[in-house]
Amino acid sequence: MRATRSLEIGTGLFVILGLAAILFLTTQLPSSGLKLSFSKPPGYDVTAEFDNIGDLKVGAPVRMAGVRIGDVTAIGFDNQSYRAEVHLHIYPQFSEIPVDSYASIDTEGLLGGQYISISPGGLTTYLKNGSQILQTQSAIVLENLINKFFANYASSSGGGSSGKGANPPNQSQKPQEPHP
Amino acid sequence: MSNAAQHGAVFEGVRKFGVTGIFFARLLVACVRALARPRLIVAQIFNAGARSLIIVMLSGLFTGMVLGLLGREVLQRFGAETMLGVVAALALLKELGPVLTALLFAGRAGTALTSEIGLMRATDQLTAMEVMAVDPLSYVAAPRFLGGLIAMPLLVAIFDIIGLYGAQLIGVGLLGVDHGTFWSQMQSAVVMRDVTEGIVKSLVFGAVISLIAVNEGYHAEPTAEGVGLATTRTVVASSVLTLLLDYVLTAAFM
Repeated sequence: MRATRSLEIGTGLFVILGLAAILFLTTQLPSSGLKLSFSKPPGYDVTAEFDNIGDLKVGAPVRMAGVRIGDVTAIGFDNQSYRAEVHLHIYPQFSEIPVDSYASIDTEGLLGGQYISISPGGLTTYLKNGSQILQTQSAIVLENLINKFFANYASSSGGGSSGKGANPPNQSQKPQEPHP
Repeated sequence: MSNAAQHGAVFEGVRKFGVTGIFFARLLVACVRALARPRLIVAQIFNAGARSLIIVMLSGLFTGMVLGLLGREVLQRFGAETMLGVVAALALLKELGPVLTALLFAGRAGTALTSEIGLMRATDQLTAMEVMAVDPLSYVAAPRFLGGLIAMPLLVAIFDIIGLYGAQLIGVGLLGVDHGTFWSQMQSAVVMRDVTEGIVKSLVFGAVISLIAVNEGYHAEPTAEGVGLATTRTVVASSVLTLLLDYVLTAAFM
């Protein structure tokens, strides 16, 4: 009888463990699955709006001078301003970030993931829970840069007089951009 | 070797395929009847699954850790260490998880099945059951087949998870890939199809290995040597078939 009992318990444990593993694989791994939300670690939340977040993902690090000070907890869309609204969770020990700080989206390495970099401002009032970082810079989209570079290159090498100042056709969506 | 002997070998191979096919059909019928005795199946899930748990977990951990080291080494050349999570997850889910677990399963559970049933055959236990009007297929073979079939996907899922944490242990803990990036990149790159592929593979491998193991044992020559040879054949045939089927399934899922 004891042998049967331990066999049943062993099988039960194994099956529960296996089913839990399958559940984890199907719900937590794929992008389509529903994610369990874990209780929040201590710290405070701020938001920042960007014109273009590029390839930024939830969970990406927030860095200041290269040191990780928090992470991206959610990415939303603001229906009024048509900009991306990024929620940042900052760890509690970094509580003295000036309110006029500057947030930009940078890339780790050439092909790496993107993260939010914060450059400190000069004011002595600090960001607190719920406040918003007003000065932001969008992600640098590599394709746009390459487009711009080739457009410049083509206009400067193909006939000196026509190139200077004139916008090439594939750049016509952003005619105000100054040439570097 | 003479020509006639070669013909004999080919003929014997074809005959074995037929024997296995007929056995599989009879086994499926017996499986329906075996469902009436769930206790026997539970005992076999324990034998095939719970007892393989330790080696599967250990292998998963070290496979994941190696993936962490290797992925980091290769990705560093492109400055794409943040993709480590994606590489580890896709490799584990789609290929390494099902295939390595299947190979371990063939060695750990498949051999046990073959030698157990082969020994029952050699000691006339199966014949005795037939004499008592107990169908050995539905009483001995089918529960073992079903047990293996049920245990495999569970083992593969456990292997995958342990492997992922192994990769995280090395990638994040030792080599300094960012923890949040590791998981978020993985979650945005893995799609449901990748998970389904792994589960389908594990079911197919589980069915094939269990079938081979039960079939070899059931048809083993009733001698000590015959049971030994049958056990060897189980390992060889199921390992080769696993790798072969893995290619076919991967191609089918493309």
